Amino acid sequence: MTIERTRPSGPDTSATVAVVTQGATRRRPRRSARSPLSSIVRHAVLIAGAVLMIYPVLWLLVSSLRPADAIFRDPGLLLTGIDFTNYIDGWNALEYPFGNYLLNSVLLVLGSIVGNLVSCALAAYAFARLEFRGKRWMFAAMLLTIMIPIHVIIVPQYIFFSQLGLVNTYVPLLLPKFLATDAFFVFLMVQFIRGIPRDLDEAARIDGAGHPRIFFQVILPLMVPALAATAIFTFIGSWNDFFSALIYLTDARVQTVPVALRSFIDTSGSSSFGSMFAMSIVSLIPVFLVFLFGQRYLVKGIATTGLK
Amino acid sequence: MSALGELRSTAKTGGHAATRKRESKAAYLFLLPWLLGFFGLAVLPMAASLYLAFTDYNLIRPPEWTGLENFTRMFEDARLMNSLRVTFTYVIVSVPLQLVFALVVAMILDRGMRGLPFYRSIFYLPSLLGSSVAIAILWRQMFGTSGLVNQLLAMIGIEGPGWISDPNTALGTIILLHIWTFGAPMLIFLAGLRQIPAMYYEAAEVDGANRVQRFFRITLPLLSPIIFFNLVLQLIGSFQSFTQAYIVSGGTGGPADSTMFYTMYLYQKGFAELDMGYASAMAWGLVVIIGAFTALNFIASKWWVFYDD
Repeated sequence: MTIERTRPSGPDTSATVAVVTQGATRRRPRRSARSPLSSIVRHAVLIAGAVLMIYPVLWLLVSSLRPADAIFRDPGLLLTGIDFTNYIDGWNALEYPFGNYLLNSVLLVLGSIVGNLVSCALAAYAFARLEFRGKRWMFAAMLLTIMIPIHVIIVPQYIFFSQLGLVNTYVPLLLPKFLATDAFFVFLMVQFIRGIPRDLDEAARIDGAGHPRIFFQVILPLMVPALAATAIFTFIGSWNDFFSALIYLTDARVQTVPVALRSFIDTSGSSSFGSMFAMSIVSLIPVFLVFLFGQRYLVKGIATTGLK
Repeated sequence: MSALGELRSTAKTGGHAATRKRESKAAYLFLLPWLLGFFGLAVLPMAASLYLAFTDYNLIRPPEWTGLENFTRMFEDARLMNSLRVTFTYVIVSVPLQLVFALVVAMILDRGMRGLPFYRSIFYLPSLLGSSVAIAILWRQMFGTSGLVNQLLAMIGIEGPGWISDPNTALGTIILLHIWTFGAPMLIFLAGLRQIPAMYYEAAEVDGANRVQRFFRITLPLLSPIIFFNLVLQLIGSFQSFTQAYIVSGGTGGPADSTMFYTMYLYQKGFAELDMGYASAMAWGLVVIIGAFTALNFIASKWWVFYDD
């Protein structure tokens, strides 16, 4: 697989994930002798590109702090005064205060993270370190599930959960996480564990440790970067998840932030853009914070698996 | 006796079979959650969905076997055929464009330049935000008749159209949103570029190869497995996109069904009209399409993907 190839061989146990940093130091000298002019041009192009990319998001932020009608008048980023009216209006615009939806989202996200970490790490250990009958086809089947569209599963799942009276609960959204259905993370962790030297397992085994102990005391502490990447990706995936939340959460009391934001579009026309912008910003803050503090793991995790 | 026999056979194989058995048992325990999920939440629902695809079912009355009717209906359903056209246009335009952008920016950044982490972060950020409802809402405003884009155009004296209310441009705005999130594949390309040994370029330079030749003879072949990997992932993901089109069009797929993605039509059939049998048949249509595209990709890869080991 592609992934195999990008794994550098080195003493670093976090080999799989260290692609970015290792390579960076290796290649740098090659390009040192460049003319300053071409360097300036390149920086200018990149800065222009970066501004273009980020402008809409900054404008969203600035506009949310202006009077609501300015959204359709002022394309600039200059903020003359800070006006929190949109935030106050938006917070109270829906059936419940926006805090209700935020809390729902937080609970769902935390549950999803715990579920994915536990179930995927367990499965990954078996695939990466243990021999058992059916391993080959199970691993292949696991990879195949990455390709299967959710739509082919969600109709019967919905029927099943609705017959059990579990629509408008978090069970349909959380149960899959505790059963390792996000095969991508299993794959990420398998790749990572394969990069951990087997000598460590052997040493523990000679000392009399069984598989549970090897897993918990040897492998798990060493795979923190992979766990962190999984936690962050799960956070962003669950926080932004719209499709399944739209299907399973129809009662406003249990709805999450994305579904709540959507009801802004339902309730009124363009006049509510101020509230919408403000609550959009509120909904993006956690993602932004995760990006800020988890970037290291994000960048490396992406380089490892090609996750979004 | 049997215990003794077991003991003897264990002794004969040097205890290997026993440890293997123990390891197997441990493995299945570790795999238990995944096995439950795989069979209970993937295989079983898929089987159920396959059955439902041949029935008429609306959640209230029990499913009624209708044979191939759902599938023949699909071929006669003009809205479905339109949704396929919309989805294919979206995938075929946005996936290659996004990857080209990702590769170009990665190549510009891969020069050991100052400020690399800064640029990398800025270009990557939209990938994280792009799948959110919040950004889709922003897009809905930006490309509205008096949205941000037209406000900016007005400053240079151009009166822009209502991008989202015009069937000719509505899909384009969603394609643009997809391209905007080129940061994730860019990061994969960056990692890939780092893996190309510098000496290849040095040798080529000594032999007088110019920049274009170095790109087509060294960078592209050595990067091809990663391009392939990105292409497969992006195709699978793009065929399933839903949120952006749903929000930008206000849940309608309009104007004139111009942003009615296949997945949105499926959602409408299954969860608004509760036509579960038809929705299941549609879902299998999507499986076939994604499967076919992925298979085609793998077959075609023999000609253009280069593995150096």
